[in-house]
Amino acid sequence: MELCNISNGALSITAVVTGLALVFAALLIARLISPRSYSVKKSEAYECGIPTRGASMIQFKAGYYIFAILFLLFDVEVVFLYPWSVVMKSMGPTGLLCIGIFMFVLIMGLAYAWRKGALKWE
Amino acid sequence: MFNFGQWTSAFNNWLLGSGMADWLAILIECVIIGVLILLTYTVLALFYILYERKLCAWFQCRLGPMRVGKWGLLQVFADMFKILIKELICLKGTDRFLFKLAPYIVITSSVTMLACLPWGNGLQIIDWNIGIFFVLAVSSVGVLGILLAGWASNNKYTLIGAMRSGAQMISYEVSLGLAIMTIVVLAGTMDINALVWAQEDAWFLFKGHIPAIIAFIIYVIAATAETNRGPFDLPEAEHELTAGYHTEYSGIHFGFFYLAEYLNLFIVSGIASLMFLGGWMPLHIPGWDGFNAVMNYIPGIVWFLAKAFFISFVIIWFKWTFPRVRIDQLLSFEWKYMMPFALANLMLMAVVVALGWHF
Repeated sequence: MELCNISNGALSITAVVTGLALVFAALLIARLISPRSYSVKKSEAYECGIPTRGASMIQFKAGYYIFAILFLLFDVEVVFLYPWSVVMKSMGPTGLLCIGIFMFVLIMGLAYAWRKGALKWE
Repeated sequence: MFNFGQWTSAFNNWLLGSGMADWLAILIECVIIGVLILLTYTVLALFYILYERKLCAWFQCRLGPMRVGKWGLLQVFADMFKILIKELICLKGTDRFLFKLAPYIVITSSVTMLACLPWGNGLQIIDWNIGIFFVLAVSSVGVLGILLAGWASNNKYTLIGAMRSGAQMISYEVSLGLAIMTIVVLAGTMDINALVWAQEDAWFLFKGHIPAIIAFIIYVIAATAETNRGPFDLPEAEHELTAGYHTEYSGIHFGFFYLAEYLNLFIVSGIASLMFLGGWMPLHIPGWDGFNAVMNYIPGIVWFLAKAFFISFVIIWFKWTFPRVRIDQLLSFEWKYMMPFALANLMLMAVVVALGWHF
């Protein structure tokens, strides 16, 4: 807004600081009024009453990893598309042609990943 | 239409006119803004908790909370105080730093997104000229908090819950971004304020007709998945994972995730109303001047909240209508159907805009 004179950066920092302050203040209140007690059993992980076996911070299930890689590709693509989407209206048919080529390459990539079975969950 | 910017600029001039240094005036304004965000955040979260509990109850032919206060209106306050007086437990073997960092990230990202939403004419805090892109960028930071929470808890349930949640949220973010981009193509701007003003003659849902309606449907589905709700609440599948990534959090630590979840529901509904249903802009029909003038009497804030609450209602409705999906169904639905559809829809919108077939 042209009526306010605080920069957007300062406002964004205000919002972030507000978020941090909210968590901090609520934690402070909780620490002041909540009870505290200690026992050995209480500090064990909850896995339905059965004692934990082995370490929990483990590497597992590569399926998630492939989707993360795919996401990375497509999110970068979304980032590339945003500047185009803003100027699309003024570019008209030229913009359509340019993005058509980009989209063709992209869809070929998706088709390749699909064909290779990267989208299959196992 | 009434411009709230008049009030803020009058306040600003009053502060500066009273002989105060510039930096002090800005500091005071920032503190006031912070307090307002905090109040809005808390009140909205409390309202949403009651809203969802009542709706859930009515969908199941129950009454919901009735005992505390009239129609259970004070139930959420009672819950809030109860959660504050619960002990904060940090378990053996957890990564304490990350465990405590996770709520900060989750809450901060949702507070920052909330500050970007316009509630009325001039009633907006952060107004970047890439506003909607900024909101999307901040929303993807929230995923980090959830992954950290699951990883740091040193529990297998939380780890699986966090991985599922991460895979789900990043996957659906792609189609969410594409659905929003469809509207950006139509509007030619990413400035949230300009987006609302562009809908003065008609909402984008009507202006963009077929592609806009498809984008709206894609957006609502992706938003449901993005907030881990409805049929996509796999990260919190109670019968498999206890409570997903926040199993090991107790007391107010758990409360933060709960708050952020409800606020995210409001934020995605707010963005849907902003991008498709005109935000705070009243319902205008081109040519019907008398009708438009009558609609202008209803304040913008009422329009915005009504649209946002309506979309939240639809998302809560999903939850009680569809059974929970499996993780493979969830991911293949996104990558094999939603994302190609969203891409094709984007191209359709580009064609419509290039040929001038929109209104």
